[in-house]
Amino acid sequence: MVLPNRTGNEKRQFPPDELFIPKKRKARNADAIVRPGLSYWQDARRRLVKNKLAMAGLVSLILLIIMAIFGPILSPYEVTKQALTESNLPPSASHWFGTDNLGRDVFTRTWYGARISLFVGVMAALVDFVIGVIYGGISGYKGGRTDHYMMRIVEILYGLPYLLMVILLMVVMGPGLLTIIVALSITGWTGMARIVRGQVLQLKHYEFVLASKTFGGKTRRIIRKHLLPNTMGPIIVQMTLTVPTAIFAEAFLSFIGLGVQAPYASWGVMASDALSTILTGQWWRLFFPAFFISLTMFAFNVLGDGLQDALDPKLRR
Amino acid sequence: MLKYIGKRFISMMITIWVIVTLTFFLMHAIPGSPFNQERNTNDTVRKNLEAHYHLDENLFVQYGIYLKSLLQFDFGPSIKQSSTSVNELLSRGFPISFELGSVALLFSIVSGIALGIFAALRHNGVIDYGAMTLAVIGISVPNFIMATLLIQVVAVDLKLLPVATWASYKHMILPALALSMSPLAIIARLTRSSMLEVLTQDYIRTARAKGLSPFKIVVKHALRNALLPVITILGTLVAAVLTGSFVIEKIFAIPGMGQYFVSSINDRDYPVIMGTTVFYSTLLIFLLFLVDIAYGIIDPRIKLHKKEGE
Repeated sequence: MVLPNRTGNEKRQFPPDELFIPKKRKARNADAIVRPGLSYWQDARRRLVKNKLAMAGLVSLILLIIMAIFGPILSPYEVTKQALTESNLPPSASHWFGTDNLGRDVFTRTWYGARISLFVGVMAALVDFVIGVIYGGISGYKGGRTDHYMMRIVEILYGLPYLLMVILLMVVMGPGLLTIIVALSITGWTGMARIVRGQVLQLKHYEFVLASKTFGGKTRRIIRKHLLPNTMGPIIVQMTLTVPTAIFAEAFLSFIGLGVQAPYASWGVMASDALSTILTGQWWRLFFPAFFISLTMFAFNVLGDGLQDALDPKLRR
Repeated sequence: MLKYIGKRFISMMITIWVIVTLTFFLMHAIPGSPFNQERNTNDTVRKNLEAHYHLDENLFVQYGIYLKSLLQFDFGPSIKQSSTSVNELLSRGFPISFELGSVALLFSIVSGIALGIFAALRHNGVIDYGAMTLAVIGISVPNFIMATLLIQVVAVDLKLLPVATWASYKHMILPALALSMSPLAIIARLTRSSMLEVLTQDYIRTARAKGLSPFKIVVKHALRNALLPVITILGTLVAAVLTGSFVIEKIFAIPGMGQYFVSSINDRDYPVIMGTTVFYSTLLIFLLFLVDIAYGIIDPRIKLHKKEGE
């Protein structure tokens, strides 16, 4: 077929109407939605599942949690039980991860340490969540002078070097799990507050907020029902990334002798005790706590990264 | 610009003051006095000692005395090592910590950025995966574990480098390496992701179309913009290196500031704990302040006096 030449002003020749046969409509309704619409969360889940590294993190995390719960129960040995006749045994059928210099079972102690690490991590993230979300939500929603002063306070706390402050608090309050969590939360919540505030500042100008206000919605209700659900993505990412920081801090403090106290086991304590074995060659005493602490940090970090990508609306396809 | 710097300076001074105050009152809330451990001190001796260190005065009077001496950069005497002052401890230990810290920081910045660039240029290639695996390991393995592993493998098994103390540059390699792993990993990841973003920009295509060499494009056009996010986190990284240095110094038996700090905690040596905390915090906050200002100078898009609520 030759395309009509448009240079001249001759009349274009179209085929006469009777040659056109209307195409039959398919019986199916054209308006029907072929694929199910994906909500924000469904789409995020779909994208997260596709991310292999993040899934690897999630699976190792689930395994770690299962082992933290059942590991100490499975083992016939007690965490603090010493058996000097069985000290420094290499891994074997009866002691899967070997024993330490006091004859304590490393397998039991490793999973007991997992409990402590996960507990500290999750608690720190939860406390950060509660304080940070309330503070950031109020600050962002109120705006103006309130926001200004609330953010100055955050700025000052944010500037505190957190590990120094944690060490200081540990000295004052005495070592212990509760102290670690309190100490971590004192500076930790500011990051969450900043994120929530930034989001709320943007969101509060949207029409759905205005609509709620028109219907007489109170500040509390608007923040809780309208603003926060829309901020959940960044909040979850921040929480996932807080956990490894807290776990690291606990291990670090235990390592320098300010964390969990002997005879109880935490990965930091075990690694610190095992330092002396470098020259004597009982590799299992350092290897197992070192491996599992690294695995936990790895799992939370890649899961957090994956969530960040999955929950970012800009990357949505 | 000046107004912004002034504002930031004031907020920095307030933060430092908060830290000094917090540290002071927290220290004095600790049960137990520094003289408890010496069993043989009788009451008169103890009273004299307490009078000497102003421990018998009202808490607020002590606070005033401390603030006044701080303003003259005097951190007071060490209670445990009575002949030395905190300033002397600082001047003895800090240069070593500073050397270790700056070597580690420099190494992590240079190789982190290089690794990030190569990973971005060979996106999804072998180098990319290798570099990112290294980065994930660097972030996941805590520095004290890294240090022990390095000692075990490099020093004990292979006998390549000395293990402990602080004598020659050979002694510096392992601790600096252990200290720099996690900042290196963070920098490499950040550089990579921002490089990837920048490389898709139109002005990079323009530069390529003009026939610039790949080297010039990367260094002059891409890197400049890609490094902005890296500069923002430098402050946090300095903090990580400083505190990480405590435990690294303990493991490698390096006579730096970290050692004094950890031992002062166990000894309840108030002036040393306070001095070290205040000194490190001030250093850190000052560095954060510098980073903020540098950022403002480097990136012309940043409005230095942000309107609030935006």
